[in-house]
Amino acid sequence: MSGRTFYAAAAMGRKVRASALVASDGFSARYDLDRIRGTFSRPEHKLAGQSYHGRVLVLDAAKGGVATAWMLYEMKVRNVMPAALVLNRVNPIMVQGAALADFTMISGFDCDITKAIANGGEVEIDPQAEPPFIRVL
Amino acid sequence: MKLTGEEQAMRGGEFGPLRQWAIEHQIKVGNYLGAEDFVPVGQAHIMADTESLGPAGVEWLESWGKLPRAQREVRIPTITDPRGTDFAKAHRLKQQPWMLELERRAIAAFERLGVLMTDTCINYQTIMPPVRGEHVAYGDTGVVIYCNSVCGARSNFEGGPSALSAGLTGRTPRYGYHLDAHRQATLLVELASAPRALNGWGALGGIVGRLAGDYWQVPALVGIERAPSPDELKHFGAALASFGSVALFHVAGVTPEAMRLADVVPAGAALPTHEIGEADIRAFQERYTNNVGAVDLIVFSAPQLSLMEMQKLAGLLDGRRATIPLLAVTSPQVKPDCDRLGLTGRIEAAGGTVLSGMCFYQSYAREMAEANGWRRLASNSAKLVNIIGGYGYRPVLLSMEQCVEAACAAGKLDGTKLVGGLTS
Repeated sequence: MSGRTFYAAAAMGRKVRASALVASDGFSARYDLDRIRGTFSRPEHKLAGQSYHGRVLVLDAAKGGVATAWMLYEMKVRNVMPAALVLNRVNPIMVQGAALADFTMISGFDCDITKAIANGGEVEIDPQAEPPFIRVL
Repeated sequence: MKLTGEEQAMRGGEFGPLRQWAIEHQIKVGNYLGAEDFVPVGQAHIMADTESLGPAGVEWLESWGKLPRAQREVRIPTITDPRGTDFAKAHRLKQQPWMLELERRAIAAFERLGVLMTDTCINYQTIMPPVRGEHVAYGDTGVVIYCNSVCGARSNFEGGPSALSAGLTGRTPRYGYHLDAHRQATLLVELASAPRALNGWGALGGIVGRLAGDYWQVPALVGIERAPSPDELKHFGAALASFGSVALFHVAGVTPEAMRLADVVPAGAALPTHEIGEADIRAFQERYTNNVGAVDLIVFSAPQLSLMEMQKLAGLLDGRRATIPLLAVTSPQVKPDCDRLGLTGRIEAAGGTVLSGMCFYQSYAREMAEANGWRRLASNSAKLVNIIGGYGYRPVLLSMEQCVEAACAAGKLDGTKLVGGLTS
């Protein structure tokens, strides 16, 4: 899998390199996270109990409510946050939150990105490239 | 994005740095989501609780408050979602002084920006429902889905920063549900029978939400033989948005854009079709009741209760005594009527607590659980049940009647009654 590059429909933020935390599940800051501890807290989530701090989160779809738009900024200021968010499908809230927090996000692939990236592997995201991409290192 | 002269002037800073930030934020969002231009909006509704804002968000808001009034105030009616507390009852919830202080600072900061602190997620029932075709910028997924679907308005999910931006610029990027192309159905749901209780409608919303799976799906329901009540569609929509991140649904023959199913199904389209029956709704609810013998508290919230829900709750509690905490959360617009009509007094005489202007999950739910020793929570709101597990609770979805029964039986749940009450 090393060296493979996956191009995306849209992206924002800065270039990022970190290890991937991958699951075929959704993402909502309010529904899924203990933002103080920096862990997934919803018992049903496939990443329950795992720390997201500094990881590139690779998940299926944005879920839940509008709170994430504020919460990403608050997580960034406290410096307990993922390095980036990689989603098959976004909703506007994730985009709005990433825009406020100047957070790296990339979405829209021609494959299921949660099956294409191995959990724990090192990845690089370049949201400013044309087209933007995530690469397995 | 194509910008008008006024929009270019905002971007250039001619209307001050706050409006400049706002339109830059909107352009970033619009570019990501493929908007070609802006659309004027008539109202904005902002998520404003400090549990989501945090100290960082409040400080960010306060930093704009020093600008001259002409540069800092919103241009269109801009209202707010529930706060993180009811100041009059915060002590009963064991909320901490720092939470209340942060709320006070957030309120002051929003008011400096000209925002009306309405503190409600049922503005479509109490403040100013949008009309069909009106473009708006609403926060709170339950507000968006109800107004899009039942009122025929046009909004995307607008998180706090984006709803505030819309208030400041009077417009929002034209993508998603502002466009005709996105308002057509993408899946069909055939119902064998409609639910009869609010928790059943919420369970149905949860099932359809899971089937839909993401924001860009638009379910169309067929097989509903009577017009559901506004409260039924409120619970259905809130759960659908919560479980599926869905922002628009149609009900054939009921919602305004789907008087005929053919109005929302593209000609010749073979949409994915799902059948849902009472057994599915029952199974959905039973997933939340398995292995729970008793609960620590009852919460009616998410969405805030209408006057009619408050009346029903008061009736169920008449002559009874809740022996575990029972919280009924409504809006600041409904609460005075509840006071005037004696509903608050009846609920509280039975041991309940009526809260106003907050919503349970937006009110430091994790800290309240730790302070009060709460873990097992029962509610008739599928939305609340979906959310609250992430805050450390073990949620149970019951009917309003079952919740009252449990409240008056020291929290004990009767498994036989659970089945019978599902759709009553």
